[in-house]
Formats: sequence, C-alpha cells, structure tokens
Amino acid sequence: MGAKAAAPGDEGEPQGWQTDRSKAPVATKIVVAGGFGVGKTTFVGSVSEITPLRTEAVMTVASEGLDDLVAIPEKATTTVAMDFGRITLDAELVLYLFGTPGQKRFWFMWDDLVRGAIGAVVMADTRRLTECFPALDYFESCGLPYIVAVNHFEGTARYAPEDVREALSLPSYVAVVDIDARRRESVVDALLTLVRQALDAAPA
Amino acid sequence: MTLTHPLPLRVPDRAAVGRRPARVRPYSLTGGRHRFGHVLRVETFVAALDDPGEWPEPVTGGLAALLMPEVRAIIGLCRRLRSVAEVSALLKMPLGVVRVLLGDLADQGRIRVYGIGYGGCRPDRALLERVLSGLSRL
Ligand SMILES: Nc1nc2c(ncn2[C@@H]2O[C@H](COP(=O)(O)OP(=O)(O)OP(=O)(O)O)[C@@H](O)[C@H]2O)c(=O)[nH]1
Ligand SMILES: [Mg+2]
Repeated sequence: MGAKAAAPGDEGEPQGWQTDRSKAPVATKIVVAGGFGVGKTTFVGSVSEITPLRTEAVMTVASEGLDDLVAIPEKATTTVAMDFGRITLDAELVLYLFGTPGQKRFWFMWDDLVRGAIGAVVMADTRRLTECFPALDYFESCGLPYIVAVNHFEGTARYAPEDVREALSLPSYVAVVDIDARRRESVVDALLTLVRQALDAAPA
Repeated sequence: MTLTHPLPLRVPDRAAVGRRPARVRPYSLTGGRHRFGHVLRVETFVAALDDPGEWPEPVTGGLAALLMPEVRAIIGLCRRLRSVAEVSALLKMPLGVVRVLLGDLADQGRIRVYGIGYGGCRPDRALLERVLSGLSRL
C-alpha cells in the first residue's frame, strides 16, 4: 500500500470503497504543518496510498493583522497550495493527511482544516526552529492535540528532544519525536504517537 | 558530538489559549456566499447520483448553471466516491469554487454528500481507537 512512483494525479487502482456509491467510509484527517521546505510533502508521501495531490485555496489579503504581508496591496489575492495524501485504514475508515504551510498568513485555511481533525503534526527543522512557532500558537489557541516532529537534515547539529521541548516551551503532555520523513515506519510511528496523545486527551 | 548552538526560545502566547485566531475570509467566486446546508469539509465524500445522460433537464440556477463544463467534469469524476479535496485537486479547481459547485449540485439532487461519520468537532474515543489499530496494522 506504500506510495509507488506514479504520475501526479495518477491514483492507481481504485480502493473497493470508491466504487460502491451506496455508502461511504468514515473520513478523518490529520494536519501536517510547518515552515517552507521542512518536509511536509515528504511526510505525507511516505505513507499515502496515492501520490500526494495538490489543492489550492484563494484568499483575499486583508491588511489588518497580517504584518508579514504589508507589501501586498489591499484586496490582492494570493493562492495557497496544500498537499494531501490518503490512507485506507480499513474498508470503512479512510485517513487523510493534509500538509499545510505554517505561516500566520495561512491561518484562514486552518479554521476549515482543523474542524473535525484528529490532531496535528508540527514539523520542525532545528536550523529554523522559529518557523514552527506560529503553528504551535495556533494549535494551542484552538485546543487541537499536536505533536512536534523534528526532521534531521544531513550535516545539521542534533538536539535532544528535551532541548527542543524546552526551547518551544511545550507542556509535558505534548510529544516531541525525532523523525525521518522519508521513512514510512518513522512517519507511521509519529502518527501513532499523535493518535495516542489525542486519545489521552479525549473525554471518556 | 557536534557543537550545538542554543535553540531560539519561544514565548507562548498564553492569552491566546481558548481564543479563536483572527480570521481572514477565503475568497470565493460568489463573494463569500454560504448558502448550502451541506457539510462540505475537505475530507467529506461525495458521489454522483445519476449519469449526466439521464438527467431530465439541464442544471438551472446557481453557479453550476454558469459553469457547465466544470459541472460535467465534477459529475464524471464522481462516478467514484471522492473527497471534496480530491475533486479540487484532480480538476485543478480552487477549493472554494468546488465547495460552491458541489453545494449547488447537492441542492439539485445530482450529487450525494455523505455524512462525515461522526458528529461534533472532534473524533470520539471509539474512532480514535479504530484509527490507532488501523495505523498499527500498516
Ligand atoms: N534529511 C532529510 N531530508 C528530508 C526529510 N524530509 C524531507 N527531506 C527533504 O527536504 C526537502 C523538502 O521536502 P518537502 O517534503 O518538499 O518539504 P515541504 O515542507 O513540503 O516544502 P514546501 O511545500 O515547499 O514548503 C526534500 O528534498 C526532501 O527530500 C528528512 O526527514 N530528512
Ligand atoms: Mg510541500
């Protein structure tokens, strides 16, 4: 079921549930957020049964509260791309993974995305740790369970998960995991950690 | 051991906890209309109800009437069950536009919108357990 090499948009063989229109599986989702180039699409692609697909949303740029966009004239529109993948967990359960950029100006998209989500994986690159701060602030503000996944790029210094936790001022129940987004097992482990944490936080 | 630089420190915005972040409205062709009562999340499944050939009359009213080629493409794609995000990605149409078109088509009985499978805002424990066991079988 791993991601096979395929042309973009090539979905491969349909899953059984796709051809039976009398009923639909339960659809659920996990959000993967982080700065540019941190490995979001790689993460999604490592476990997705389809080549990650790209969807776009168009936003109007309001001038207030968007200090990183002051250079853009009023009423300008900008397009935000989001990559996603899919995992059929069983005949009646499908998990979507949505990779989305972490900058504050994309928060408008997240309101929609986080509704009904299991939780979020915030990807961090220790060379550019500040880029994951807005995502942490956002998920904390809306109470969505999240974990921090630290990607290690070749030739970069390694930090212990505890040092990352301290720098990010994370509460103790938030997991910090080292991952390699290119490895399927590593990504599956991160997802398991998130779902367990969401379960711990869910009301009985 | 590599010599490591100290990591930058984050000061969490404690006041923000529980406060909804400020919101910028997504732009849509219809100027932000929210007419449809259907729940069309990115992961919501939709499927065509009929073959276009069997439709008694052309689509009337709404954005769908103005965008017949797009509508045909959606119906064609939805011979298989698709999520809203898949329709948007495979037809290269922005999410906002796809949502409005699917809403119109659902109103007109051409598209079925499936329930998301759980009410409320968060998946419940039973669902989380199922996801957990599904993931551990991978
Ligand atoms: N060493 C290492 N490289 C990685 C890892 N994850 C991703 N990469 C590489 O980092 C680069 C960027 O990865 P992407 O998955 O495209 O990152 P992204 O976050 O989707 O990027 P944008 O969508 O452009 O913001 C690619 O060349 C990946 O091969 C990782 O865990 N370890
Ligand atoms: Mg990407």
